[in-house]
Amino acid sequence: MRILRAPGCLALALGLLLSACSHPSADTRTLEFWTIGREGEAVAKLLPEFQREHPGIRIRMQQVPLTAAHEKLLTAYAGGSLPDLIQIGNTWIPEFAALHALQPLDAQVAQSSEVRAADYFPTVWATNRIDGALYGIPWYVDTRLLFYRVDLLREAGFDSPPRDWAQWQRQMDAIRVKSAGKRWGALLPTNEYDQLLALALQEHAPLLRDGGRYGNFESAGFKRALSFYVGLYERGDVPAYTNIQVGNPWEEFGRGAFVFYLSGPWNIGEFRKRLPPAQQGEWSTAPLPGPDGPGDSVAYGSSLAIPAASRNKPGAWLLIEYLSRPRVQQRFYELLGDLPPRRSAWEAGALRADPKLHAFREQLERLQPAPPVPEWEQIVNMMQDTAARAIAGQSTIDQAAARMNAQADAILAKRRWVLDRGAPSLREKATIQGRTSRMQRASNEAL
Amino acid sequence: MNKPIVAWWFLAPALLVLGIFFLLPVLVGFALSLTDYDLYALADLHNLRFVGLHNYWELLHRPLFWAALGHTLYFVAVGVPLSMLASLGAALLLNSPLSKARAFFRTALFAPVVTTVVAVAVIWRYLFNPKYGVVNFVLMHLGMHPIDWLGDPRWAMPMIILFAVWKNFGYAMIILLAGLQAIPQDLYEAARIDGASIWRQFRHITLPSLSPILLLVSILTVSGYFQLFAEPYVITEGGPLQSTESVLYLMYDEGFKYWNMGTASAVAFLLFVLMFAVTALMWRAGEAEAAR
Repeated sequence: MRILRAPGCLALALGLLLSACSHPSADTRTLEFWTIGREGEAVAKLLPEFQREHPGIRIRMQQVPLTAAHEKLLTAYAGGSLPDLIQIGNTWIPEFAALHALQPLDAQVAQSSEVRAADYFPTVWATNRIDGALYGIPWYVDTRLLFYRVDLLREAGFDSPPRDWAQWQRQMDAIRVKSAGKRWGALLPTNEYDQLLALALQEHAPLLRDGGRYGNFESAGFKRALSFYVGLYERGDVPAYTNIQVGNPWEEFGRGAFVFYLSGPWNIGEFRKRLPPAQQGEWSTAPLPGPDGPGDSVAYGSSLAIPAASRNKPGAWLLIEYLSRPRVQQRFYELLGDLPPRRSAWEAGALRADPKLHAFREQLERLQPAPPVPEWEQIVNMMQDTAARAIAGQSTIDQAAARMNAQADAILAKRRWVLDRGAPSLREKATIQGRTSRMQRASNEAL
Repeated sequence: MNKPIVAWWFLAPALLVLGIFFLLPVLVGFALSLTDYDLYALADLHNLRFVGLHNYWELLHRPLFWAALGHTLYFVAVGVPLSMLASLGAALLLNSPLSKARAFFRTALFAPVVTTVVAVAVIWRYLFNPKYGVVNFVLMHLGMHPIDWLGDPRWAMPMIILFAVWKNFGYAMIILLAGLQAIPQDLYEAARIDGASIWRQFRHITLPSLSPILLLVSILTVSGYFQLFAEPYVITEGGPLQSTESVLYLMYDEGFKYWNMGTASAVAFLLFVLMFAVTALMWRAGEAEAAR
């Protein structure tokens, strides 16, 4: 029996997924809320005030671990057991919008006095808008920029962090040469795609073309970003390490094994916690250097969204409004270090005063979204796997770019079929039934 | 009632359970592998296409599938003999009349089997850390070059094999130990009186008496090792450069990460066919051996 486990398991799992489960919260006064990762702990501390304002709503929280969140949300959708309110990564929104899993929120926003679109960082807001409809309200933003050792950079002869790629490269070369190979310029783990993605988005060359039908990795812009990225490893400025090999990047940063670390806002808290007090003045943050002058970075973050099957949409919207208040977002930052997506929340308290946050505040005005196609997760992982082979010297830049394009085209084959099939069927249906076809909407997240 | 009908009634509960929880899912899985079931089909069933053997055809033309298959076969070909040797060796030592503190060692050697993969994997990641790990520290003291266990595509799989063998050999060891204890002592006594050496006793008494159990254990081990997944998932995440990505890992990525259920089912079936063929061959070989 054991030998049959693999296919049996899969089929069994599917059988379970496809059978509809009953919704757990039938009572409209309960509000089931799923959060991802550590956000759940922090949000639990914000809820008592909401409960005082709305004593009739009973909130049931569930914390989903980050690594399992995507699968869990998808399987919950397939099983019809999504809760009333979810936290969702904004790069997953195209996928869930394609599934019609989410409730459009335009009407609620139009009537709301709490959620005002103009107050949000525009790129982050736009990642929640698919094909003209708004599917989520940004909860916190997340981007990537430079953490660096001020003392070591000065030791190498530079008083300020780099503004563009050329300066950055010069600084890293100097660090490597002056430390006689003891230090690396930067740590960019080869199994993380964020770094190459951020550099590629800076080039403003779309990564997919024709409305997300084909890969566009052979553009001059992407190749420039890829050769800069691979070049860093070839010159010896950056070690070809995966994050598994490094193990503890904070400790290595404290030891001065590398000077620049390209990472996200949660590391402000980590470095404060993990580095000794004497070293706290020796590190800082800087906006991401671009090809020529300060560059863009990735517009990540999490949103709050209401599943289409939610049994308590009014209650869920009340909680969204409460969690979107600038004052609540400031407390959320203090609890967890998550950066608020609206400008007004940044105008007081620690968010305004903390010098290590200034670079983030600046970077948030210069963001670029990832292409909004449901297959993006697969494409970006493929991009990084292919880039890692180029770093290992197994292919040239041109070969890697061509391979990325070929694989992206293969991944997008089904999408092309759905899009091409969708167009005529839409016209037919529009004349016969006078309404938009579900399928057309499913596939129309044009770039 | 006549006899066959009564027999079927007795079989019915087992057949029912087997049919619902095994046969039906397998058939559904196979049917799924003939379609392009994915996110779009989940959104709207009109987006589901019957594609025949296209998923299989596509897989056979995909370098990553062949690479994953190569890694899996490498793991099985090296891991299974090592694991069997370790199990047999440990069982022989435990069964030896000279061994002391038998209960302690039996528990200690079996302990890795009941530990949690994830917890142990974290410790192995520390042990094999290229810079601070104990393993490289020892290697350097022996005058050897340190090895980048987690980052070098040539060394990652040997480390996974080592981990899997250490984690799993205790299970087969217990079964083999039970088998050894069932061999009548008078056979050995008679052999000793005839002047047989330890090696000849092992070769002509232990091995033949143990062969049915060895066959069972090796089939269990082979089928378990073909399903390599948890070890690379928690230690190397399939890397570096996808050098520890196994067939099951590919299925997981396709099915549960990217929701390409059609492709994932096809991967699962190809693995099933392969495992079925290999274990059937082993069974045949075992039967032929027994008949001789």
